[in-house]
Amino acid sequence: MTDLLDGMVRAFWLVVTLDRDLVEITLRSLRVTLTALAIASAIALPFAALLSVRRFRMRRVTIAVLNALMGLPPVVVGLIVYVFLSRSGPLGVLGLLFTPTAMIIAQVIIIVPLIASIAHQSLRELWSDYHDLLISMNASQVQRIKALLWDGRRALLTAALAGFGRAIGEVGAIMVVGGNIDHATRVLTTAIALETGKGDFAMALGLGFVLIAMAIAVNLAIHWLGHTETEGRW
Amino acid sequence: MKTVVLGAVASLFLTSAALAEEMKLAVTTSFHNSGLAEILLPEIKADLDLDVQLLVVGTGQAIRLGEAGDVDAILVHSQKAEEKFLAGGNGTHRREIMYNDFVFIGPKSDEAGLQAAKGAAEALQLIADVEAPFVSRGDDSGTHKKELSLWAAADLDPAGFDAWYRAVGAGMGAALNTASGMEAYIMADRASWLNFGNKGNLELLFSGDPVLFNQYAYLPVNPEKHTHAKNDLAMKLEAWLISDQAKELINNYKINGETLFVFNAKQ
Amino acid sequence: MQKQMFPLIAKHALVRRRGKVLVGPIDLSLQGQGTSIVIGPNGAGKTTLLKMLHGIERMNGGSLDWACPKAEAQRRQAFVFQNPIMMRRSVVDNIAYPLQLTGVGRDEARARAAVWAERINLGDALDRQAVLLSGGERQKLALARALIREPDVLFLDEPCASLDGRATREIEEILTEAAATGTRLIMSTHNMGQAQRLADEVLFVLRGNIHEFTPAKEFFAGPITSQAQAFLNGDIVE
Repeated sequence: MTDLLDGMVRAFWLVVTLDRDLVEITLRSLRVTLTALAIASAIALPFAALLSVRRFRMRRVTIAVLNALMGLPPVVVGLIVYVFLSRSGPLGVLGLLFTPTAMIIAQVIIIVPLIASIAHQSLRELWSDYHDLLISMNASQVQRIKALLWDGRRALLTAALAGFGRAIGEVGAIMVVGGNIDHATRVLTTAIALETGKGDFAMALGLGFVLIAMAIAVNLAIHWLGHTETEGRW
Repeated sequence: MKTVVLGAVASLFLTSAALAEEMKLAVTTSFHNSGLAEILLPEIKADLDLDVQLLVVGTGQAIRLGEAGDVDAILVHSQKAEEKFLAGGNGTHRREIMYNDFVFIGPKSDEAGLQAAKGAAEALQLIADVEAPFVSRGDDSGTHKKELSLWAAADLDPAGFDAWYRAVGAGMGAALNTASGMEAYIMADRASWLNFGNKGNLELLFSGDPVLFNQYAYLPVNPEKHTHAKNDLAMKLEAWLISDQAKELINNYKINGETLFVFNAKQ
Repeated sequence: MQKQMFPLIAKHALVRRRGKVLVGPIDLSLQGQGTSIVIGPNGAGKTTLLKMLHGIERMNGGSLDWACPKAEAQRRQAFVFQNPIMMRRSVVDNIAYPLQLTGVGRDEARARAAVWAERINLGDALDRQAVLLSGGERQKLALARALIREPDVLFLDEPCASLDGRATREIEEILTEAAATGTRLIMSTHNMGQAQRLADEVLFVLRGNIHEFTPAKEFFAGPITSQAQAFLNGDIVE
């Protein structure tokens, strides 16, 4: 119990004094995860829309595989990315191992199936509504996808936020591909792991509370930004 | 207001270009937990304008990183593994820098009676006799290898132990956490122990046997095998590590008034 | 000069789903004038027939040909569905959407949509979310959405099915205007009064087949088949 209270006090002081390390780590966490989120959404959302409107033979299989990929253990993804990016691996020449870029890559791979799957569920429903209408209006494939993505944007936002949640709390994969290097690839989750390993639970909890608060703040900010875009919320 | 938030988000993505040179050094968790790096790195940055990026991993992984060429040099403490590393053409040479020692930690109650032991081998024998809970690193690290060699010296084989011997497969800090939680015996390097924040009912029960000394060595990665390895920077760092300045910093580094490392590089 | 779309000729057109024949085989020739009303009991296949003629119900046999190329024909038709789907956007954006599909700029499309919204008495609900509209308002919106494209042919599937007298009149006024400006209407209905008001010719559909195809005056004076007569009397016809 004292650990929890110590943790909260620690968190409070870290934030209030704008502890330099904390700020650096937090900004890096945000940078890595938000970049991964942007890239993953750019891949997953149109893919989900395409999957909803297009009929092709392997559709059912693709959807099943997509849903299964959601269950990919993140640390295994990290390991595979590590092997690829290692100097003795196929992509070693890029020199990406132990950089934030490697962490972004790992996170993108982890959250794309999640975002695509959730987005697909709701886009599929929307499509079954819009189907006759858009076909009757002669909308092209691209136009149908655009309509789905725009009108379904609330659900897509939910999917993206689910991806964000999964990414911001991720520790295994990014520990492996990032190396938790101080001032280079250390983020909130890996710092928590480090402090826990040192036995400094108060610090670890402090960082944990900051992480929670930040995740909530980002969620609220996105919702707020989203709200003001539309006239007439529903 | 919205623009302010969006602007703040945008600025997150503008990273400043690093002007200092940088290299990657794989070090062991034991070294990192001692806290010595926090003293040395800023001095290195000031003197050499060099950013040494530390990858804190177990000895086994440090060796692997060196073999794969994912780092520019390694700092480990397992002579056998180091010699094998060199034999494989992975490193240019081995430079001893400093040593610290291992200690035996255990619950205050000390049911094995370690405090009366006269040597490391005897201490382990006492633990095995009463089958007191014992936490092992179990991760092929320098510390783990040392521990295994000590069991061997006492004519005991951990492979045949019962459940009182717990191999956790983790770094020093995590292993200490586990030992603290279980009130078990554990062998740790002195620095990690002194810096450890969750001691609970654990105490330092035995130390001082010369066989427990722990030699750290610096091995640059071989640029002939890995052409991209920053060998010039690695050599620059080595020169600094064996300098008088480093000698002073290392010998004077204390935790709670106790020195941890003894500088023994040949200058 | 636009190519003539009509006649629309169906030869042995057939729609089968899950082993059951829903419509056909149908042989039909529709000319370019007037308003055709499709009537018949529930389940007779009126909706399927309309969808088939419009081209959004896949045929399992036979052929369906307009006088002009298929792609052009598709552009020049519109369809108002029973229980029309509202897109998840505002009233004005719903009506503007078909224009945007053809490349009209957003501002111009919205301006033209606003004019149509006025015409259907939704001028003060431009920015309301369309999903919040009542049944009658939805039907009117769907009609505006179809007519804004200035189609040559407009299919309607029971557009006034769930509307009260006043809303029905409003819709019929718009339809009559459209017909007067040359839009070919092909519409199904359950409302015999409406059928009589609007029809130039009648198609009586029974069990997936066109049982009678007669000019309206003659049909309502006295249909040829006994089933059609029974239907007009309000009897149950199978």
